[in-house]
Amino acid sequence: MFAYANPKRFMELSGRVLPWLGAATAILFVLGLYLSFTAPPDYQQGDTVRIMFIHVPAAWVAMMGYGFVALASLIGLVNRHPLADVAAKQAAPLGALFTALALITGSLWGRPMWGTYWQWDGRLTSFLLLLFLYLGYIALWNAIENEVRAAKAAAILALIGVVNLPIIEFSVQWWTTLHQGESIFRKGAPLISAVFLWPLFVMAAAYTSLFFTLLMVRMRTEILERRARAIALGANA
Amino acid sequence: MSAFAALLARDVRLATRAGGSAMLALAFFATVVTLVPFGIGSEARLLARIAGGVLWVAAVLANLLALDRLFQADYEDGSLDLLALSPLSFEGIAAAKITAHWLTTGLPLTIVSPVLALLLNLPVDAYVALVASLLIGTPAVSAIGGVAAALTLSIRRGGLLLPLLVLPLLTPVVIFGAGAVLARLDGIENGAIWLLAAFSVAAVLLAPFVAAAALRLNLSE
Repeated sequence: MFAYANPKRFMELSGRVLPWLGAATAILFVLGLYLSFTAPPDYQQGDTVRIMFIHVPAAWVAMMGYGFVALASLIGLVNRHPLADVAAKQAAPLGALFTALALITGSLWGRPMWGTYWQWDGRLTSFLLLLFLYLGYIALWNAIENEVRAAKAAAILALIGVVNLPIIEFSVQWWTTLHQGESIFRKGAPLISAVFLWPLFVMAAAYTSLFFTLLMVRMRTEILERRARAIALGANA
Repeated sequence: MSAFAALLARDVRLATRAGGSAMLALAFFATVVTLVPFGIGSEARLLARIAGGVLWVAAVLANLLALDRLFQADYEDGSLDLLALSPLSFEGIAAAKITAHWLTTGLPLTIVSPVLALLLNLPVDAYVALVASLLIGTPAVSAIGGVAAALTLSIRRGGLLLPLLVLPLLTPVVIFGAGAVLARLDGIENGAIWLLAAFSVAAVLLAPFVAAAALRLNLSE
């Protein structure tokens, strides 16, 4: 893995992989959306069950994204890999986007299912907090001008966040049981049958693939930008 | 006097004398709490119900006020470089500053909280829970806030960024702190105070090390 951590080799390799990854993402999305729309309507939720296929994968990728940011931050801090810092920096806005997507689709799903756009339910609330953690991380990156310092400071913040996330999750769960008791807005969880599982998994693969495709594009852009800046500085000197 | 005690005494003196943040934080705390009845109405039962939560949220916000200058002032005028040359380690510096912040913010807020609780009509038998939860929880606020202050010390207007970094991380403190007061009101035993204590102990023990790492990265070039 570290053999490819050198930006030059990363550019070569990612340039070759990217078209294939992009194509895979497109195919997965076409297949996933086809399966999503041809799945039978749920006996309870009717057609709104299809929201699940775009909502649940977004939530999965949002969480995976934070784990990825934290892991890249750790590698950046410990091994001082500039590429890991770039990966963490560029993954965060994507993670925030998927978190927002999960919140918005969840809210739109909540309206027909629970009768409300927002409910202070454990999962919703912890996702809102996850969004704030992402935004804080991005804001810290942008606020510090020195890139090396920004990378380290943001990495420390990401690691604090990832340690704190389970505690936040636990406290929010604890809080909802304290305040709401038996909630009427509970998902009447029908055992998910295979007709729904397949589209869900294909969509999850599509979202994950999309995340890494976009991440690769963003990382390449960042590296090219840094090179352009270095060249401009050299020309001025 | 050891270097730690000297730094602690200096920071406490700076915060409590003219232009310091201690009185301002208290005044802010009191005004925020006073505004709440104007916003939601003066119904005594409602106020009693939300008193714990209001006091906790106001306390956390008041803590933020003094945070942005915690390391920044010393960073800007070069004192932090001198402190780095002192026998005190970065961990020691961070611990002294976090302790001073708590002594001049968290502790005074805790002491005046019963008076404000009186205004919010909190039943007297919940006072012990309120004061205990603030006494146990506010060190965690200073600790986590101190880490964020160390991370943002080189940022101009870092104070604007601080709430975004700190508040999500402090959710558990507010939940357990206000939860402890509510539990007392409802006469139930839910262990909130113990969860708060566990969080606080972990935060206070870890914070100086994380803050020291942040100081190091900001002072190294």
